[in-house]
Amino acid sequence: MAKYITKRLLVVIPTLLFIIFVVFFILNVTPGDPGRIMLGPTATQEQVDMVNESLGVNRPLPVRYANYVWDALHGDFGASYTFNVPVTQVLMPKFPTTLKLAILSVLFSALFGIPLGILSAVKKHSVIDNGLTVLALFLASVPGFWLGLMLMLLLSLQLGLLPSSGVGTWQHYIMPVMTLALPSAAFLSRLTRTTMLDSMNQDYIRTAKGKGAGNGRVIFLHALRNALIPVITQLGMNFAGLLGGAMITEIVFGLPGFGNAIVAAIKAKDVPLTMFAVIFLSTTFMLIMLVVDLIYAFVDPRIKSQFE
Amino acid sequence: MFGKKKKIITNVEPNQWKEVWQRFCKNKVSMVALFFLIVIIIFALFADVIIDYQTVITTNPQERLLGPDGSHWFGTDHMGRDLFGRVIHGARYSLMFGVVCTALSLFGGCILGATAAYFGGKVDTWIMRVIDALMCIPYMLLALSLVAAMGSGLKSMTIAIIVASVPSFTRMIRSVVLTVVRQDYIEAAKSCGVKDRDIIFHHVLPNAIGPIIVNAMMNVAGLIMSAAGLSFIGMGIQPPTPEWGNMLSEATSWMRQSPHMIIFPGLAIVLTALCFNLMGDGLTEALDPRQAER
Repeated sequence: MAKYITKRLLVVIPTLLFIIFVVFFILNVTPGDPGRIMLGPTATQEQVDMVNESLGVNRPLPVRYANYVWDALHGDFGASYTFNVPVTQVLMPKFPTTLKLAILSVLFSALFGIPLGILSAVKKHSVIDNGLTVLALFLASVPGFWLGLMLMLLLSLQLGLLPSSGVGTWQHYIMPVMTLALPSAAFLSRLTRTTMLDSMNQDYIRTAKGKGAGNGRVIFLHALRNALIPVITQLGMNFAGLLGGAMITEIVFGLPGFGNAIVAAIKAKDVPLTMFAVIFLSTTFMLIMLVVDLIYAFVDPRIKSQFE
Repeated sequence: MFGKKKKIITNVEPNQWKEVWQRFCKNKVSMVALFFLIVIIIFALFADVIIDYQTVITTNPQERLLGPDGSHWFGTDHMGRDLFGRVIHGARYSLMFGVVCTALSLFGGCILGATAAYFGGKVDTWIMRVIDALMCIPYMLLALSLVAAMGSGLKSMTIAIIVASVPSFTRMIRSVVLTVVRQDYIEAAKSCGVKDRDIIFHHVLPNAIGPIIVNAMMNVAGLIMSAAGLSFIGMGIQPPTPEWGNMLSEATSWMRQSPHMIIFPGLAIVLTALCFNLMGDGLTEALDPRQAER
């Protein structure tokens, strides 16, 4: 097991170097004019040139890439062009908001999606099953930000139940979490239904039934455990996706999270800030997927036995 | 002998597609989706005839923020522009964008995915390593970085979305092609000395096309939504161009007074995306009726 984890962790390093290279290339082919961004329109050209020189903007791309990676290895991701403080100081305080949003959304989507999926697999072609199919397809066609705007229109502007934007109380999180959790709950219920139906058709289910196991025992102990693997992968991917992909929702609801800061950084051509955000989120994604693979081992003894 | 064989092959293929089409036609939901999609396409094609483009981008202060009525079906926006006109002109951008980007990223994905699956070995390993690495970067973040590098606008948004979509297409096509490559007729073609390129384009891809089309259709829906999202945060098509995303972005400031400004462009996105998704769903069933029975 330890060997496997080490091996997987070692793969992360070249992947990360490649990702850094790609993003570095994208963002630095047109480096813009960081000196101008930092000093503003009132600075003289000499001052701007001096700042650009100290940042090494005019050096060749491979040299700058090597420098960047070397500094990054020492925990120095550079200073933000717009705030002029280290990027970690700008971004990391915003992370808890995004993390809370992602955890709550994944939790609620699993809480509703998985049981509903089991229900529609057990009661195949019932009203609930067909209704959920329609709902899932509909929600797959609704852009997240519009769903958010509609919720806002209904729940806060028309009914006045919830605050429309900002953070502070727990009520502020209800609408963003609904916006993110509803579509993924619908998708999860479809996925759970498919995998449940797959595993219910297997021989071991017939064996269990033949041995006189009760319905509940067959569904939860035999079918569900085997059906959960793809669902867990999806949950992991959703969680990782939400950390980096909730930016539009954060903007709609004015949440001061990671996504909001990233979009602002990209708009301002703040290269170091954007670079750090991409590196941080990609690394998180890889680590989450590693954790997901390890969870498999606990859920599925067949996979566990491969490591021992 | 070869002539006879060829005849059989050409006879089988159109029939198969005819069957698929017939099954597709029997599905009422897909037919309704197809009907609505055709209506949307007609509106998009004749948008200029219905309302002149100049009218939908010219401000008209006397008619600000009017609700929906007989003369303005969807009402007017904060600059007095007719929302119905803006929505149907917006359909042009969204449809074009969704279809063109899907087609181009499908093309890229086909080349990479089919190459990886067909040749296997080292080629496969290296292509998939790069693709897997790219897929670790969040989709929206990759697209946004590309837009930031090239400057916002329709062209850079198109390139950004294509580059960001190619990895997932490559992975999908690779897995579809892998199931085809192992079939006997591929080995037969190989042993007859057919060129690799011809085998990929004439034997492998046509047999793998079903699931690919379904994926592409649902991808169009996804891309229309991503494009609206990019424009919504101001990184895509810029105002005053009537694009659904930036219409919604402008509408957020007027939510309290004129909710219709938010409702109609959003409904347009939902309806278009829903049509593509439903048709993709119907096509899945038509292609594999056995699967659909469950």
